[in-house]
Amino acid sequence: MPREYVLHRTRTALGRSIGQPPDPAPPARLRIPETDLEARVASLFANVRNLAGKTHRASSPADARAYVAALIGERSAVASNAPFLRECGITDLPSVRSGITSQEELRALCADAEFGITSADYALADTGTLVLFSSQQEARMISLLPPVHIAIVPSGKVLTGLDELLAREPLPAERSSSMLLITGPSRTADIEQILVRGVHGPGEIHVIVV
Amino acid sequence: MAMVDVLERVGWQVDFPEQQTCCGQPALNTGYRDEARTVARHFLTVFRDAEYIVVPSGSCASMIAHHYAELFQSEPEWLALAHRLEPRIWEFSKFLLEVARVEDVGARLERVATFHDSCHGLRDLGIKEGPRRLLARVRGLSLREMDAAEECCGFGGTFSVKFPEISGGMARTKIDSIQRTGADLVVGIDASCLLQIQGALSRAGLPVGTMHLAEVLACR
Amino acid sequence: MTGPQQEKIRQTLDDANLQLAIYSATGRLMSHRQAVVAPEVLPDYQELRTQAHLVKQHAIENLDHYLEQFESQVVARGGKVIYARDGGEVVEFLLDLAKKMGARLMVKSKSMTTEEIDLNERLERHGVEPVETDLGEYIVQLARERPYHIVAPALHKTRYDVADLFSQKLGVERETEIEKQTKIARSVLRQKFLAADIGISGANFLVADSGAVVVVTNEGNGRMTTTLPRVHVAVAGIEKVIPRAQDLAVFLKLLGRSATGQPLTVYTSFLAGPRREGEIDGPEEFYVVLLDNGRTRLLADREKRQSLYCIRCGACLNHCPVYRKVGGHSYPWVYGGPIGAIITPQYLGVTHDPWLPFASSLCGACEEVCPVKIEIPKLLLALRSEVIKVKAREGQSRLERLGFRAWAWAMRRPRIYEMLGFMGSALLGGGEGWIRRVPKLLNHGPLAAWLSQRDLPRLPARSFRQLWRARRKAGEN
Repeated sequence: MPREYVLHRTRTALGRSIGQPPDPAPPARLRIPETDLEARVASLFANVRNLAGKTHRASSPADARAYVAALIGERSAVASNAPFLRECGITDLPSVRSGITSQEELRALCADAEFGITSADYALADTGTLVLFSSQQEARMISLLPPVHIAIVPSGKVLTGLDELLAREPLPAERSSSMLLITGPSRTADIEQILVRGVHGPGEIHVIVV
Repeated sequence: MAMVDVLERVGWQVDFPEQQTCCGQPALNTGYRDEARTVARHFLTVFRDAEYIVVPSGSCASMIAHHYAELFQSEPEWLALAHRLEPRIWEFSKFLLEVARVEDVGARLERVATFHDSCHGLRDLGIKEGPRRLLARVRGLSLREMDAAEECCGFGGTFSVKFPEISGGMARTKIDSIQRTGADLVVGIDASCLLQIQGALSRAGLPVGTMHLAEVLACR
Repeated sequence: MTGPQQEKIRQTLDDANLQLAIYSATGRLMSHRQAVVAPEVLPDYQELRTQAHLVKQHAIENLDHYLEQFESQVVARGGKVIYARDGGEVVEFLLDLAKKMGARLMVKSKSMTTEEIDLNERLERHGVEPVETDLGEYIVQLARERPYHIVAPALHKTRYDVADLFSQKLGVERETEIEKQTKIARSVLRQKFLAADIGISGANFLVADSGAVVVVTNEGNGRMTTTLPRVHVAVAGIEKVIPRAQDLAVFLKLLGRSATGQPLTVYTSFLAGPRREGEIDGPEEFYVVLLDNGRTRLLADREKRQSLYCIRCGACLNHCPVYRKVGGHSYPWVYGGPIGAIITPQYLGVTHDPWLPFASSLCGACEEVCPVKIEIPKLLLALRSEVIKVKAREGQSRLERLGFRAWAWAMRRPRIYEMLGFMGSALLGGGEGWIRRVPKLLNHGPLAAWLSQRDLPRLPARSFRQLWRARRKAGEN
């Protein structure tokens, strides 16, 4: 049987026996800098902008709503079921569809929508990254299929970086089948090393911190 | 001989044990470990009592200081001797700066030069700023950096003759970079690199020369 | 080297446009990397490398434990683990799956492991349509070529090559603008993503404590492949295992920076099992295929098992002056550059391409940039010595061996050494000046090889020893 074959050969190669406990592992290395909230947000925005993403510091949920309204106008948008989006009044903008829980329906909408609007579970300041766990509140394809992705994040969710994320979520698999890190718009440089944005994922992203 | 001149000029007594031949690197690099060991043993014997062993080559110095121990893993006596000699091996520029503690050796040479970073010197011995500091003190010498300074010249010992086209290609990339500096002289710490580079320059008909660092520093 | 191999290298060296493409693409990747690992930008860089090396070392040396932990975690999350001894078993599994599902179309995100086992070709032979979705891989798939570089598969293709390819294979109007070419690929591949039943990915990392597969891309094809189709299959070598999710803090930081100079790639997916109760989208079935294909053999070699630490960043390729001259297709196997040079002989046997470990000047640039600190030059030397041993046993390369034996004999006899110097001077002429050509009688072996590319200086009229003795004599007087 392949399983027994591979495991047996592995053990033999290493001179280990069945059920032998592993040697002590080198401790995981996590370094979390001390940075205050405003510095984190500033860093997040600088990094997002470096990647040609757009940013907005909303003074209030209503301000966030206004930004989104101005951006999408009457064009079609799909929003996730994140409670924070409802709080910000995004979900009652006229051209925004949300509250969808059927995969088929969502796929059809996302395939045609011009904007995908999500919240995020965290944002990572030092790399300009959004962190999304897949759940009933956040479907994966909303930040994937439409050509523009808008993310609205409460400021308390902005962490210093990946190390802090993994310190808080040492076992992401317990929360969800998918944890996704999004760092900027989709891009490629596969032809002649020339940078092109918006290959398969969204070519434009907006990060709004409230 | 230039190296001897410079060392004596800065007040050191130099001896040249005539029994010496080679460090053994060509054999080790071609996979002939036994033959490398034979030659290495000869080296260790010849130099066993030397106080400082100064070497005008980054690759030889690296071979002795870093690879001899590997060769003699199962021969305790030779291993001990190798370990004893390791701290006494000095590549020329390092010796001047760290032992003789001198940067200005009173040299003068009116040329426009560029410096080639030999791989072993750079990566095994950390030689990068040292020769540049020494060259900065050479009166009349103008030093320009080439963009491919740290790229291998393509010598690599037997590599140069086992894969001549690749080696030649690498040399040509190097001399293209040299040409872009407008220098008329290439300086290095390893004669084998200089052989490769000068051979390529000559074949390309370019009016650029090469000199070992010691030769530059010996100029008055 | 075989004739065709030699020919390929020669062709690549003689193609000025290709030389420029390779040199500038790798040069760009090198400077992007330098920008994000420079001490002012990432002061921890060396420390991170050391940590990565230690964690990989630990994972590899306890691999059976971590494989079992990984497996039980995948199963606990509702996924399945399949072990495959070789490529054939991977193909078999996928064909069975396709048959059960009545599926024909599979979308693939980039995976060197699947290249290693010629997955696409083998699936196609059985009437399945695997479609590469990474733009570079898509291009080489259409061209029916092997990837040119671990991270930049179509490095060797110009926009004109791509224009020709797309118009021929996709029946679209010839388009030479890169942005438009990308849009063409995007729309063709979007249809495939939406229609495919099975998504095949590789795995940059397999996380043992989570039963998770980590897939990183810049384009989003990794996400499409692992989100839209009903079934997700990740195919990965067993050596991809890391112990903990928290280890990603080190590995993700090093991977993006070393590969393309990005602190993080655009998309990093951490996928643990099929979609769960309440989740709206995601695959319904999740499989991880753990491939051996010779890795357990490499594992047994204490000195060389560090080759398995590789995280496939491609930095060694970018920095290798030999790769930058001969390009990705001159290597005998799917893995090129320094990593290819050390693992190919281990997987295929040293006698498969006995020249490969020698095709290096041992400059050490690869080792300097390897994020997991694999001692590549040391392993090349070990492989060289193995090749020599085999040749000795089989009575090959007798002349070379004799040559070195004679050389070693001479090098213990200083007077002989000196005499050789005289002879050289006599034969080639002493004094100033350069040798371009030698008489036919002498034009063989190493001398001919040297002179084919560059000139040789004449030996100085007086040797160092002669000068030394004269100087000492003068000093005595």
